[in-house]
Amino acid sequence: MSRVPKTRAEKGNRKTVRGTFMNLEILLLLMVLPPLLGAALNGIFGRRFSQGVVSLIACGGAGLSMVFALLAAWVYSASRSQPVPFTYPYFTWIQVGELQADYAFYYDRLTLIMTLTVTVVAFLIHLYSRGYMEHEGGYYRFFCYLNLFLFMMLTLVTAANYPLMFVGWEGVGLCSYLLIGFYFRKKSAADAGKKAFIVTRIGDAGFTVGVALLFWTFHSLDFHTVYRRIAALPQGEFAGVLTAIGLLIFLGAVGKSAQLPLYVWLPDAMEGPTPVSALIHAATMVTAGVYLVARSSIIYAHAPAALAVVGVIGCLTAFYAATIALTQNDLKRMLAYSTISQLGYMFLGCGVGVFAAGIFHLMTHAFFKSLLFLAAGSVMHAMNGELDMRKMGGLRHKLKITHATFLIATLAISGVPFFSGFFSKDEILGGAYEGPLGQAWLYWAGTFTAGMTAFYMFRALAMTFWGKSRVEPAAEHHLHESSSKMTVPLIVLAFFSIVAGYVSWPRAWHGSEAFDRYLAPVFAPAQDALRNAHPYHLEDLSPGALMGFALLAAAIGIGIALWWYLKSTEIPEQLAERFADLYTILIHKYYIDEFYNWLIVRPICVVSDKFLWRVVDVGAIDNTLVNGTGEACSTVGGLLRRIQSGNIPSYAAWVLLGAVLWLLYIFVIH
Amino acid sequence: MAILFYICAAVAVLAALNVILQRTPVYSALSLIVVLCSLAGVYLLLGAEFMAVIQVIIYAGAIMVLFVFVIMLLNAGHETTTHRSRMARWLGAPLIAAILVELLTVIWGQFPATAKLLPAPLDASPAAIGHLLFRNYVLPFEVTSIVILVAILGAVVLAKKEF
Amino acid sequence: MPIVPLSHYLALSIIIFVLGAAGFIIRRNIITVFMCIELMLNAVNLAFMAFSRFLGNLDGQLFVFFVIVVAAAEAAVGLAIIIALYRNHESLNIEDYDSMKM
Repeated sequence: MSRVPKTRAEKGNRKTVRGTFMNLEILLLLMVLPPLLGAALNGIFGRRFSQGVVSLIACGGAGLSMVFALLAAWVYSASRSQPVPFTYPYFTWIQVGELQADYAFYYDRLTLIMTLTVTVVAFLIHLYSRGYMEHEGGYYRFFCYLNLFLFMMLTLVTAANYPLMFVGWEGVGLCSYLLIGFYFRKKSAADAGKKAFIVTRIGDAGFTVGVALLFWTFHSLDFHTVYRRIAALPQGEFAGVLTAIGLLIFLGAVGKSAQLPLYVWLPDAMEGPTPVSALIHAATMVTAGVYLVARSSIIYAHAPAALAVVGVIGCLTAFYAATIALTQNDLKRMLAYSTISQLGYMFLGCGVGVFAAGIFHLMTHAFFKSLLFLAAGSVMHAMNGELDMRKMGGLRHKLKITHATFLIATLAISGVPFFSGFFSKDEILGGAYEGPLGQAWLYWAGTFTAGMTAFYMFRALAMTFWGKSRVEPAAEHHLHESSSKMTVPLIVLAFFSIVAGYVSWPRAWHGSEAFDRYLAPVFAPAQDALRNAHPYHLEDLSPGALMGFALLAAAIGIGIALWWYLKSTEIPEQLAERFADLYTILIHKYYIDEFYNWLIVRPICVVSDKFLWRVVDVGAIDNTLVNGTGEACSTVGGLLRRIQSGNIPSYAAWVLLGAVLWLLYIFVIH
Repeated sequence: MAILFYICAAVAVLAALNVILQRTPVYSALSLIVVLCSLAGVYLLLGAEFMAVIQVIIYAGAIMVLFVFVIMLLNAGHETTTHRSRMARWLGAPLIAAILVELLTVIWGQFPATAKLLPAPLDASPAAIGHLLFRNYVLPFEVTSIVILVAILGAVVLAKKEF
Repeated sequence: MPIVPLSHYLALSIIIFVLGAAGFIIRRNIITVFMCIELMLNAVNLAFMAFSRFLGNLDGQLFVFFVIVVAAAEAAVGLAIIIALYRNHESLNIEDYDSMKM
């Protein structure tokens, strides 16, 4: 039954296509709630369920989420007034004075991309975990946390105001902590969980202050309201405050998305189970920072200084992390540094003004990076927990599907044409050169990093799957391909790793860059502001040349990797000896953990022990306040006790004293 | 007439002093009887014959007799003066002086020496008192009868040697 | 003929009251202390009587009536208690009754 559509004035942004079920507000709610219910069911009753029931609830929750995300996307796209964001407040959550934050969803094309990416990847990883976590123990707990994470992530990307987004932000941080420290009996895992939470906390502090500053300036925290107010400002007004806000919000992103200098938690986070690394620390949680920057694009557009900082830090992080990844021997750790590097690319893209390119890379990266992690998990299973690549080799014979998918993902991340990573990386590098805030050195650094990326990825591929087998004989017989529960998601992700890039054909090949144009309405106000301030400047290199240099870098990287790790495998050791100092620095990750330990951790521990504990807690609070109060009561009681002497004349004297004083008061003073 | 008042007053004060200064309880009791009788005289001078007689009969005649009985029963002789209470020893005299001064000051302030009593005495005959007693104050009257009953019972119970 | 002013009656009352209070503090024999309480009660009675005459209201005398009655009851019970105390402590010195101290 179709209704007569109301006029725009009557219904505002509400879109009803047909019937009551297909309302966007209901669909979005249905998208967000199943994981929460799944988490609740598994959390409360999961202990009694069998593994099959637990995984059914969890995967069902994730699957329903995906289905409703798709439906919502379809409904949103099919309605007439499309590029306008859809907002729907469900109920008033906070209302204090000027501050009003509703539990409300904000759905535009950016949200659409994010929800689809998140739910699809999450669903596939849920399926994969059914097989991976079979013999690990804590099955129901794992799926409870995983579902809870999905709910929090969806809240984050669909929130219509900063407080609600912060709820999701903190929620994913919590789930990250719970999942990193999943094997909580292992000290290194528990420590890694703590480290992740504490380091991201630093970023969160910046985020909170930035949001407070935003409210203080614009008197609202609702996306719609704030962005409209900012967009109406002439360029240059409030620049100082907006720069501060932008930098503080970016601090939050630096923490959550593991950029310099707050990236140190991500490599340690590999202590968690591999599906966790794939979902949280590759595809979704760490991309929350990028989403935050992209969503707040209008703020950055009016504060170009802050945006420049974003871009520079992104570029430096990408370069820095890639250098560390060159020498890592632990497969998952190398992938972690690779993730940090690729996140740097996304921030680089946002930072030069091509926000759509950053989001594009976010999407493609979600697919191929999670695929890389899941494949690594498959290798781990086969190798009985071993992750040192020096003890692997020649695995492609035994692990055929894993090898094939890993190869596809490697091609994607290296920027080989016709795989998804190529398209997104090309757009970012192009923007770095000729975007509104683009500068040549950003482009060259990014290109060099692309070369390093190709190198270390093919190095990993060669060391793990190709060449001679260095596997220890004891582990040799254990090698087996994983069950279909694990390989099917790998195949699906591999498919997306190829196909996801085709939504945007590059300009150099006379393409229309459809993805850019699709997201253009979201970033239009920001792009306009930036273009007005920094008009498009013709550079020396054409888009074709830009792409060419990137391809060249990738090719060189692949070539060197194959040469050093397939053909003349003695060269890496020789180089390591010749440049021993540099090698040591790299393999110890620039000693950054030791540096932080000396700079921050040890002083805090000393202050906590000597001052906060001894002086404040024991001395002031325990002794003075608590014991002191008791002592005072005791003493006063002891003094007052003397009145009850049992001596009647003294009682009489007291009564008389009272009478005298009272008479004095009544008749004389009064 | 006024001179009689001052004589009765002086006797009362001296007898009161004697009450508190005598060593032996019996002498204190006898002095107290003198105080009560002189006060009865003052009541007479106020025109309240009934109350004066009541005072003599009940207060001096019954209550003080009870006191003397108990003194005799317990064979209370001389008493020792030990002062164990510092409070009473140091603060006793000042407090007494203080309260005396306070009260006198208040009275002199409130009722200057020029205030006179009513020239004609009011009707304080037993009939008038009886009227008032059994009309307005009948409830307290009945309650006091219960009070007396309870006092009798209490006295009997408390003073028993064994139950 | 000079008429006695009210304040003189009240002064007498006050003096007797204060003497009773002084005795209460000074004396050690419990029966004597009790008698000093009776002194104080009488002083108050005198004040009531004086005011009754001064205000022309017979209610004051009725108050005195009730005070006397209650004083009688109190004396009876109090002396009974004193007898019981004497039995337990074998002494009439109020400083010997100190078992209620902290």
